[in-house]
Amino acid sequence: MNTRRPLRFATLLATLLLAAGAQADTVLLNASYDVARDLYKDYNPAFQKAWQAKTGEKIEVKQSHGGSSKQVRAVADGLEADVVTMNQATDVDFLADKGLVAKDYTKKFPNNASPYTSTMVFIVRKGNPKGIKDWSDLVKSGVQVIVPHPKNTGNGRYTYLAAWGYALKQPGGSDKSAQEFVSKLLKNAPLFGTGGRDATTTFMQRRLGDVLVTFESEAELIAKEFGRGDFEVIYPSVSILTEFPVALVEKVVDKKGTRKQAHAYLEYLWSKEGQEIIAENYLRPRDPEVLKKHAAQFPAIKTFTVDETFGGWSKAFKAHFVDGGSFDQIYSVK
Amino acid sequence: MTVRRANNEPRWMRVLLLVVALGFLALFLGFPLVTVFYEALKKGVDAYLAGLADPEARSAILLTLGVAAAAIPFNIAFGVAAAWAIAKFDFRGKSLLITLIDLPFAVSPVVAGLLFVLIFGSQGWLGPWLAEHDIKIIFAIPGIVLATLFVTFPFVARELIPLMQAQGKDEEEAAVSLGASGWQMFWRVTVPNIKWGLLYGVILANARAMGEFGAVSVVSGHIRGETNTLPLHVEILYNEYQSVAAFASASILALLALVTLVAKTVVEWRMRKETEMLTADLPPEKTE
Repeated sequence: MNTRRPLRFATLLATLLLAAGAQADTVLLNASYDVARDLYKDYNPAFQKAWQAKTGEKIEVKQSHGGSSKQVRAVADGLEADVVTMNQATDVDFLADKGLVAKDYTKKFPNNASPYTSTMVFIVRKGNPKGIKDWSDLVKSGVQVIVPHPKNTGNGRYTYLAAWGYALKQPGGSDKSAQEFVSKLLKNAPLFGTGGRDATTTFMQRRLGDVLVTFESEAELIAKEFGRGDFEVIYPSVSILTEFPVALVEKVVDKKGTRKQAHAYLEYLWSKEGQEIIAENYLRPRDPEVLKKHAAQFPAIKTFTVDETFGGWSKAFKAHFVDGGSFDQIYSVK
Repeated sequence: MTVRRANNEPRWMRVLLLVVALGFLALFLGFPLVTVFYEALKKGVDAYLAGLADPEARSAILLTLGVAAAAIPFNIAFGVAAAWAIAKFDFRGKSLLITLIDLPFAVSPVVAGLLFVLIFGSQGWLGPWLAEHDIKIIFAIPGIVLATLFVTFPFVARELIPLMQAQGKDEEEAAVSLGASGWQMFWRVTVPNIKWGLLYGVILANARAMGEFGAVSVVSGHIRGETNTLPLHVEILYNEYQSVAAFASASILALLALVTLVAKTVVEWRMRKETEMLTADLPPEKTE
């Protein structure tokens, strides 16, 4: 052991720090949810090119992906993301409450600040042996349903609300009948996944359950990973429209002086090119023309939004997912 | 009187013990290790290499090695200082210090990470001051190094304390009485005595540093190509349904672990040899 060794490591550390700090161009950081990587991997270079053609400025966009609630917490704790692109309004609302994101962030961009949508669909085993066609088939006895935890995960909450909304829309549907319906459905769940990926592993690899409820866009990821021949995607008669809100992190863009670029970055998601990239990643574009062009991969499905049916996310959250909410009532009975 | 040998249990008992031990090893160590490489190579060598050639994977590998290397000098300095103080001096609060050194073993790494967020995060104690001076700790490399240090600092000290206690302070005292200065004594007497133990501790700390997930996950911010370490990269790839790439990265971690294991074995062997040589140098003890 000689004295020079620590010195050399100190130099290495210094180099690492410098390398992390030395960036010539404008650098934007996009904090996003965990399965958005493919989308932004395609979108970022497209935006960079368009922006450079328009202004001559070179922009580098860095990505940070993780569970969405964890991501917004990191932003609140000082992760200097210029923009957040999430899969649930509750997470962006959290930042709005902290004053990092504008209170009216949903009005800053078109379509509720959600450049694309998706919906909850069913994945069943090849040949659909249990003949599952709609939500009502999920509550039949002998059908096992795989869902992520309805209280703690985005997928799980959307599944829960989708089932609730379906029951509400049936003739004579009420909150009471909806609660009964969801309660029956959850009784058919042998376990709750800790997240979307975990539920998929349970269904595809552990071969547990007859039906997996997940995002339409995630079905494509599953096909890429596990092969197309192993499962079928079933579209129920009606499902929930899932929105993916984006927002500027006001505090960060003001501090870094990147407001103009960050705004353009999000705005470009609504451009023809942006919408095209979105469609190619199996997310439903807002632009009707682009949607029409890709109609084959997006079967028509009747959807309802959280705003229409539940009066917005914060109301839905309070009614169903807080401690003592409808989920807790159902689950403690179970 | 016949000496009762330790291994005169019936043969079946020996076989049973051996089978249980080896079976356990195969199931809990061998099988996962094979699985990692199997899954990584499932779609062919090309897919494996593509997973590793990804710039994000490369940067994660470099970051992990860099952070582990950066932690070493701090671990050496702290470990030697703490072991020295504990083994060679008596002072009030000594047992408290020993307990504190073990704290990172007792605390969940995630809690440790959260602790750093509470201190350095923008809603934390030092957050506003750091933001004012534009110093980034958390969600940047310094935070990752700090979290890594926190979980690794006991290793060197833990390794050296018993070693230095066993060696006592006779040799150091002899050196000083012969006129050696403090530094001379340290470099010529203490360091040669503890060097294998020190290296052993560093190797263990290094292995932990490279594999650390929980604490680093909390403070990293997961910025691709910047603050994403190898274990974090594995998790995110898995969650993104890129299991070949995830297992390819995991196989790099496994290889690093195997290298560490070899290094550790070599050091252990050298340590044993040195002890044997020392004992051989001594005149044979008289036995009754």
